[in-house]
Amino acid sequence: MKKEARIIKVSGPLVVAEGMEKARMYDMVRVGRMGLIGEIIEIKEDKASIQVYEETSGLGPGEPVETTMAPLSVELGPGLMSGIYDGIQRPLDIIRDKTGSYITRGITLPAVNRKKKWDFIPLVKKGDEVRAGDILGTVQETPLVVHKVLVPPGIEGEIRVIKKGKFTVTQAIAKVKTSSGLKEIRMLQKWPVRMERMVQKKLPPEVPLVTGQRVIDTFFPVAKGGTACIPGPFGSGKTVILHCIAAWADADIIIYVGCGERGNEMTDVLLEFPKLKDPKTGRPLIERTIMIANTSNMPVAAREASIYTGITIAEYYRDMGYNVAVMADSTSRWAEALREISGRLEEMPGEEGYPAYLGTRVAEFYERAGRVICQGTKNREGTLTVMGAVSPPGGDLSDPVVQATLRTVKVFWALEDRLAYMRHFPAINWLNSYSLYLDNVETYLGKEIASDWMKLRNIAMAILQEEDSLQEIVRLVGREALSPREQLVLETAKSIKEDYLMQDAFHEVDVYAPLAKQYRMLKVILELHRSSKHALEKEVPLEKLLTLKVRERIARMKYIEKKDIKEFDSIEREIKREIESLVERKE
Amino acid sequence: MVKEYLTVSHIAGPLVLIEETSGIKYGEIAEIELATKEVRRGRVLEVTGDKALVQLFEGTTGLNVYQSRVRFLGKGIELGVSTDLLGRIFDGLGRPIDGGPKIIPEERIDINGNPINPTARDYPTEFIQTGISAIDGMNTLVRGQKLPIFSGAGLPHPQIAAQIARQAKVLGKEEKFAVIFAAMGITFEEANYFITDFRRTGAIERAVLFVNLADDPAIERIATPRLALTCAEYLAFEKDMHVLVILTDMTNYANALREISAARKEVPGRRGYPGYMYTDLSTIYERAGRIKGKEGSITQIPILTMPEDDKTHPIPDLTGYITEGQIILSRPLHRKGVYPPIDVLPSLSRLKEKGIGKGKTREDHGDVTNQLFACYAKGKEAKELAIILGEAALTELDKLYAKFSDRFEEEFLAQGEEENRSIEETLDLGWKLLTMIPTSDLKRIRDEYIKKYLKQESPKSEVQRPKSE
Repeated sequence: MKKEARIIKVSGPLVVAEGMEKARMYDMVRVGRMGLIGEIIEIKEDKASIQVYEETSGLGPGEPVETTMAPLSVELGPGLMSGIYDGIQRPLDIIRDKTGSYITRGITLPAVNRKKKWDFIPLVKKGDEVRAGDILGTVQETPLVVHKVLVPPGIEGEIRVIKKGKFTVTQAIAKVKTSSGLKEIRMLQKWPVRMERMVQKKLPPEVPLVTGQRVIDTFFPVAKGGTACIPGPFGSGKTVILHCIAAWADADIIIYVGCGERGNEMTDVLLEFPKLKDPKTGRPLIERTIMIANTSNMPVAAREASIYTGITIAEYYRDMGYNVAVMADSTSRWAEALREISGRLEEMPGEEGYPAYLGTRVAEFYERAGRVICQGTKNREGTLTVMGAVSPPGGDLSDPVVQATLRTVKVFWALEDRLAYMRHFPAINWLNSYSLYLDNVETYLGKEIASDWMKLRNIAMAILQEEDSLQEIVRLVGREALSPREQLVLETAKSIKEDYLMQDAFHEVDVYAPLAKQYRMLKVILELHRSSKHALEKEVPLEKLLTLKVRERIARMKYIEKKDIKEFDSIEREIKREIESLVERKE
Repeated sequence: MVKEYLTVSHIAGPLVLIEETSGIKYGEIAEIELATKEVRRGRVLEVTGDKALVQLFEGTTGLNVYQSRVRFLGKGIELGVSTDLLGRIFDGLGRPIDGGPKIIPEERIDINGNPINPTARDYPTEFIQTGISAIDGMNTLVRGQKLPIFSGAGLPHPQIAAQIARQAKVLGKEEKFAVIFAAMGITFEEANYFITDFRRTGAIERAVLFVNLADDPAIERIATPRLALTCAEYLAFEKDMHVLVILTDMTNYANALREISAARKEVPGRRGYPGYMYTDLSTIYERAGRIKGKEGSITQIPILTMPEDDKTHPIPDLTGYITEGQIILSRPLHRKGVYPPIDVLPSLSRLKEKGIGKGKTREDHGDVTNQLFACYAKGKEAKELAIILGEAALTELDKLYAKFSDRFEEEFLAQGEEENRSIEETLDLGWKLLTMIPTSDLKRIRDEYIKKYLKQESPKSEVQRPKSE
């Protein structure tokens, strides 16, 4: 006799059901009379453990469970852009229209609008041979984003029908004759979130992702297609940095995953991004942004799924040939969700109670980033950059999530609360941070900005390093023990820190520094250092050099607008004039 | 008819296991009747087949396996709400303890609440003037924010919380305002301080108090903040009131959570606290905020005492990751006699930027704050240096900054418990202190503001002043 699938145990977000002979791992199920969404995460004989993506109070043994026989998937198609979704891609704005200010349970709504008609412009014609990944045509999804409709995976053959005009996402726009018959193609596709989308080939990243943040672009750049992490204690400004990058980075598409963080932070993005303008096109940033919001008080299992939902959508746009950037804030909350579910499954815990497979999961996630040759005959290039915030307890970097992340990512922006207390923002420590993309992006920067870019960067870095060891001496025996040259190094390091590294995310001009401006600023500071050193050799007293009038102009150069870039010439001239007059008087 | 079970099989700590049940739902309320006819309430924590695990709020003292009768009520814990709650005092489970009449509820609401849809939230931007310079000037509170006070044993956090409750107002507006006070495991004296203060100032008229004292059942504390916030949501989003919720002391709440987790033999996280503590705390803190289209708001000031003044202890740590900043009290400042002893450097209000500036406080607010922070930090650094190397090792400028940091603590931070400073007074005080610093060092302030607001003595004469004293 066949047993009916029904609940036998409820413990928080974990439900165990029996009579689940047909269940497959990671299939989606409907739990209880309310039809809550869940996913199978363990099977023992006919018993399946299910993590439920919604609050489970009111659920009890005996209630039915229904398997959908399909893995947890996201819907892909035009209409995603500017959207805000929860961790399992339910549209939060539409939920709000339906159920009011609070999120209630058992709601199912399609992620992609089924009714809206899109103007489809074909790019292929009847008789063309196409294969998976080829562009069939385009749809203007938002004024900023042209959505390219791709041949879905597994389809290859000859175009028999291709339409033009207004269609909904579920209407057929093309028919392809494949070896297994005629296949209709619609704009709406589905893809399981835990599966990486296929590419032809991965390539090493070469071009920097320009963020407009000086400390990042100059000192610790991330490449398009690279991975970066920002660990830091609370209050050190992780979210502000991620918001800045989301707003100003030169990526075509931004996917912002708010994973177990504050509700008001998502609201901030929601309210700010329609107002902020894309530096290139002047259009609102929201037109190139998709948000996944699973705040800390929303169900914990959906938090676990949210970063996969985000990265799958990102891969879909990458396949169109875009530069996509994903921000996950914060992966620690995702790992905690993993730990909570693992604990309820009574698995043997690893470090700090995290499951033993934490490292593997983290690595799998970041490995989905990259610069790739997309599927299809045209060899399009697309990139997917992943940046994850990590929130270690007490800012302790020995935390298992930080360690697992550092083993995988190539850029480490070390945030420090000590800097944040001094209101040094972004509070990225210049000595502990690193980027392994410096070599990758050197050629590009040398060609596009200035051939001595990397040289200047390295000189500045060396000054900061030297300052650190000099500070040690100062702490022991006082500043007077240093030679004038060494004191000059301290002064220049201070200038690099205050006039260059520090950047005000809330100042209208300073919030974004184009590469050209970054170069000029750094050059001015180092030029002053070089000529002051020269003057010292000519026995100009140090005090005179430290009180140069031009220093005040340097302190304010971060507020120079892009159109006034000529002012840097004038600052450079003033440095030369002032120092030369000092030297002359000496001689 | 409600079924009664006589099948209690296992009692451990606050947990009771009941067997041979049917139709039990996760999260529902159970009532246990003792042999003495006393009734205690609990919540279903887990159901496995016909076994239900119940966590008793009032503890299991005196409970017996054979004589206890258990009823399941088929619903979660609810609070009967009505505007009559204002002016009343309740115990940690919402029963009146002030001798007043029973509340006739307008409706009954599940105390667990539902998460606010992020798209329905409205970003908090309205400046709340607390009259305390260290908060208004440096770590501004805005309406709809959750800003905890990280305190330590023996520090005057009750006084600060009461002062905020007394003085908090939004500039230029007279609106319906309410204070909700939830006490978890605090002493009678501390609770009495608040109640007396509310009575003295008449604030009790617009306050609702939920009081779970140190000798009340620990597990009851799990429900107390939720009752308070349910009440707050009702007043804010259905009755259009601006609600300030004070939760004290969250450390006791977290310890109650740990007690249950330990009784369930769960795999412990750091310091024995359960791995889900972050999620659990967030379901309390995230209930602050504003909702689009609604008049009212909920502003939360949770208070927690950091064990050993350690900010990296799991309770303050996880709290800091959820709340929008923190106000940290400092023992050294307290010893110096500075009230309120708010350590402004590690304190932070994340929503400050949108609540200050032109049209909200004053255009120069942001720049002045940044400059004061920078100067104070520099001054503290200089003083540390002086301790190691002696004052002689300091440059003239360093000495100036050291002097600045002293005056900042004595004049700016310190104020009376009854002193209510307006934001203009606070900012002008800041400018007055900044005259000590040479103008060329005021790098954080835009020139236009320096011209407009910095009008006192020239910095030159200031440099010499420390010597002449």
